Amino acid sequence: MTAFLGMPARAPRGVGQLRGDLPFPAAAREALGNAQLRSNLGRATATIRAKRAAVVDEVPDWAGLRAAGAAIKDAVLADLGSHLIRLEEQVVAHGGRVHWARDANEANRIVTDLVRATGERDVVKVKSMTTQEIGLNEALAEAGISAWETDLAELIVQLADDRPSHILVPAIHRNRTEIRDIFRREMGRVGVPAPPHLSEDPHELAEAARLHLRARFLTARVAISGANFAVAETGTLAVVESEGNGRMCLTLPETLITVMGIEKVVPTWRDLEVYLQLLPRSSTGERMNPYTSMWTGVHPGDGPLEFHLVLLDNGRSATLADPHGRAALRCIRCSACLNVCPVYERVGGHAYGSVYPGPIGAVLSPQLTGAKDNPSLPFASSLCGACYDVCPVAIDIPTMLVHLRSEVVAASGPKPERAAMAGVSWVMRRPRLYTVALRLSRVARLFGRRGAIRRLPPPLSAWTRTRDLPLPPAETFRDWWVRTHGSP
Amino acid sequence: MRVALFITCLVDAMYPRVGQATVQLLERLGYDVDVPLRQTCCGQMHTNTGYADQAVPLVRQHADVFAGYDAIVAPSASCVGSVRHQHAALAARSGDDGLRRAAAAVAERTYELSEFLVNVHGSVDVGAYYPHRVTYHPTCHSLRLLRVGDRPLRLLHAVRGLDLVDLPDADVCCGFGGTFALKNADVSAAMLADKTASVLSTGAAVCTAGDSSCLMHIGGGLSRDGASVRTVHLAEILAST
Repeated sequence: MTAFLGMPARAPRGVGQLRGDLPFPAAAREALGNAQLRSNLGRATATIRAKRAAVVDEVPDWAGLRAAGAAIKDAVLADLGSHLIRLEEQVVAHGGRVHWARDANEANRIVTDLVRATGERDVVKVKSMTTQEIGLNEALAEAGISAWETDLAELIVQLADDRPSHILVPAIHRNRTEIRDIFRREMGRVGVPAPPHLSEDPHELAEAARLHLRARFLTARVAISGANFAVAETGTLAVVESEGNGRMCLTLPETLITVMGIEKVVPTWRDLEVYLQLLPRSSTGERMNPYTSMWTGVHPGDGPLEFHLVLLDNGRSATLADPHGRAALRCIRCSACLNVCPVYERVGGHAYGSVYPGPIGAVLSPQLTGAKDNPSLPFASSLCGACYDVCPVAIDIPTMLVHLRSEVVAASGPKPERAAMAGVSWVMRRPRLYTVALRLSRVARLFGRRGAIRRLPPPLSAWTRTRDLPLPPAETFRDWWVRTHGSP
Repeated sequence: MRVALFITCLVDAMYPRVGQATVQLLERLGYDVDVPLRQTCCGQMHTNTGYADQAVPLVRQHADVFAGYDAIVAPSASCVGSVRHQHAALAARSGDDGLRRAAAAVAERTYELSEFLVNVHGSVDVGAYYPHRVTYHPTCHSLRLLRVGDRPLRLLHAVRGLDLVDLPDADVCCGFGGTFALKNADVSAAMLADKTASVLSTGAAVCTAGDSSCLMHIGGGLSRDGASVRTVHLAEILAST
């Protein structure tokens, strides 16, 4: 018999980056006004979409791989506790330590204390969505500890005091000229400055970043990373990346602290094999990513001497509790859904308010925080279904969005809309009344000008601001049918 | 074969000519068409806007009205998608096993027009003549919910006189999305602007699709921009002789 400990908690307010300041439509409006942003995003997503499509199409058993990717995650989620305990046993057996964090605050406290114990004031970081989710850099800064991002795009974002706008390409909203300006202006303030005549040539930009980061790697004694996967059977962590900067962080410092969402565990190396095929093709459009780092505990004379694994819940157990929403925890953060989403392509990541943008963010963020705290995100989609098609673990995002919409409405549906929807449904249940109501829609012909309706009062003005509506016909279809094919 | 026309609320109220074309076409192909007049709406707007509880009675009504037909045909991929992919979950939500069975029975006999013509009727040449330059927009729900694939294009290729031109970025959403067009009007309009630009780039006189809702959106944008391109439902083209 197990004790009932209550419903698992959502991600707490006031910490981390899962909630935006503005509702999605308002934030999107601001983003749509930024022509530079739209052009950067349009070009970048089109390139990556084409690359992904090419390398996915060449795999003969993609559908099978995808089904396996979904099934393995589902099996893990059905028995998540056992897999995590197995992971903990193995990490400990290999000389690591495991910390369990209920939420962002606990995780930040654990990591801060661990860094404090080393006496260091600077840490280097491997690109990590999870530490951004919990606002770790800010928590460390409060404790007087500087966290230095080492992923090139994260470095750009950090130097510009900006926020990431894409899961995989955090600086996707910046072009080369902007990046050159940021490097020239900011690098010298915090470390090795950019060369004086830095151009916007990608090779020169990369070299400037290399020189700047090399100094960090060689002096850092503590590193913080996320994890793409953890293999329970051996207690092995895996980070998948393109630049090698992650590898530097994971191997050079004496202490390594990894913060990982609890859904990242896979049972065996055979399971990992599936994801190492699915992830690079879906994310960067590569057959294989350049660097896959894997480590198991600590080994004297080889890599960090101290390893800590922080297992983070922060709303994941609450997500797991919903049978209609839990498949969002299958996500391997590839970002294929962002790159195909026509909404994301036009507004970018910041409009979503959360570190997880795009279609997956629209289903994940409201579940981690509770739908009440992110009520506009489930509506930030035309339900076109492109995201579901490309998802390597077959998350049915459109169906999940619709489910979350009903959660939002149940919690806080706007009153006039609620009344209108109830009224329409009431009429639609009464065919005779409905027939009359359809006939009455002819009244709208009075609003017509030059053969179309060009202006309507709110809320329909949202339509007529940019689009015409046709005039209702003089005769509805059902009236035509009765007239030509006999009475009902 | 007794075929029921699932007219859809939008076509009934706003586009009767699409319904008339569907009837003409099916009758011309030898089907005995019936229009059950107690039908109203499949409930998709309620479901997709978060009002599942208001949609359940509409599912019940739909399943009741269309019980007993050999085939149910609709000139809309979106509404067929709702019947086929949402009614089961809504029926399950009601906890009524009878409704679940009834909804499933109706769903498996419900066809989008191009599916019915190609798979049930078994022919792509329906004897149509339409001497115009036409571009085809594959609607999201026809492509990704129903997987109608190239059926509409095969039907259009077989139309005499018709000059079919490819639509660039055809598979990208036009930005309609039901109440999305109102709730996220700015994003929706930005998506529409790209779609209408694609349509205009083809030089076609007519933009066609299998859903009147998406055509209302694309047509609304074209009309506001003063473009002369007309939006015409696939059924109207296939009914023309």
